[in-house]
Amino acid sequence: MSNIPSDLKYTKSHEWVRDNGDGTVTVGITDHAQELLGDLVHIELPEVGTEYGAEDGCAVAESVKAASDIYAPVPGVIVEVNEAVQDSPELVNSDPYGDGWMFVMRVDDEDAMDELLDAEAYQAEAEE
Amino acid sequence: MQRTALYTKHLESGAKMVDFAGWEMPIHYGSQLQEHHIVRTDAGMFDVSHMTVLDLEGPSAKVYLLHLLANNVEKLKEHGKALYSCMLNDAGNVIDDLIVYHFSDTTYRIVVNAATREKDIAWMQQQIAPFDATLTERDDLSMIAVQGPTARERVLGMLPESHTEVASKLGVFYGDYLGDWFIARTGYTGEDGFEIIIPHAQAPEAWDALLAAGVKPIGLGARDTLRLEAGMNLYGTDMDETTSPLVSGLGWTIGWKPESRNFIGRAALEAQKAAGVPQKFVGLVLEGKGVLRSHMKVVCAAGEGETTSGTFSPTLGVAIALARIPAACGDTCEVDIRGKLHPAKVVKPVFARNGKSVLN
Repeated sequence: MSNIPSDLKYTKSHEWVRDNGDGTVTVGITDHAQELLGDLVHIELPEVGTEYGAEDGCAVAESVKAASDIYAPVPGVIVEVNEAVQDSPELVNSDPYGDGWMFVMRVDDEDAMDELLDAEAYQAEAEE
Repeated sequence: MQRTALYTKHLESGAKMVDFAGWEMPIHYGSQLQEHHIVRTDAGMFDVSHMTVLDLEGPSAKVYLLHLLANNVEKLKEHGKALYSCMLNDAGNVIDDLIVYHFSDTTYRIVVNAATREKDIAWMQQQIAPFDATLTERDDLSMIAVQGPTARERVLGMLPESHTEVASKLGVFYGDYLGDWFIARTGYTGEDGFEIIIPHAQAPEAWDALLAAGVKPIGLGARDTLRLEAGMNLYGTDMDETTSPLVSGLGWTIGWKPESRNFIGRAALEAQKAAGVPQKFVGLVLEGKGVLRSHMKVVCAAGEGETTSGTFSPTLGVAIALARIPAACGDTCEVDIRGKLHPAKVVKPVFARNGKSVLN
């Protein structure tokens, strides 16, 4: 079974969200998602400063098999992107919750955080 | 869903199984990229038992193939020599591509694709009616492809001693029987190696012996990236019943001579050639970052075309594709990736073979 840390929040579209406690969140894709995609070979990241609504497509993860959209989990502005995964997409496979993070957003609407799934709810979702 | 005789072997090796043309097949055993590199640098094996093996026998077997196939089986003079050919419909378009092994003018073995099994057999049986020859499907046989620079020595090491001499002397694109095994120096990766056709009951044991000889299991995912790097067409995406060999990079497989050989599709191909072939089949190498996929729009000064297969090339570290584009296109084009045009180089449709890039 894939790894689903209990201190993170999740979306149905397989992003994980870490609340940094300073009005920003760090976002990546789950262990389950990287397993489904297989070896990642290209990550297209959003540009810093771009604003997205919740569930807007803002990045793309491409594996040898397929391209998969990554969605903004909450409304907000991109404040930082992980350029390391652009050069080494395999980081997303090897360390999806650590070095494989994708971007940091400043959250526009803190209430939107309540809409996210906890680990247990995501696990149920991922097992479907 | 059908399973091959090696199904439990795949599970033992940790395979992720997927549906491929109605067969439950391994897509990878952990990492498609690693598997790709293993075949380019060492030795890997593929279960390709879903492919269709047909035996052709009879006094008119050769005359039948001269009628059925676009390539000319007259080229096959020696025992075990193989030939790659398209099988065309009357419109000169491709029903399937296949390999035919010649043992004598009355005995041949033919290997066709898995996804086209039923229509191929129906067509071949329909065409055979006037000929004194019999086509038999060998669904009692499994097929393992062992590929890579060390594949031959590893296979030779696991064969019974009585078989090593025949196998070691097998030339490129030849096959031969070893008792109830059949071994051919063919493949679909651009690497040296063997394809081994054996009775189902012996397949799991052979698989284990190959594992013990250091050959790693490789999934169909890596099979696709390997064949694409090697510039080998895949039926159903690079060519099908709407495209002729002339627009699919397969003109070299048409046996035009002698002019008197009236194979199925010949008249249509001659008409297409006389009118001028409107498209060419090329390789594309993406200039920047990104991944090419099949059926992306290609734009050049002479008009628009389409990628037929695309992937990230693990050997080259860039995105590559096969594409059908207007004949007048030059050395560069642009590919539409999710609505944005990205520049790409137009190259010959072959990217890597024998472990190395063939791009200059």
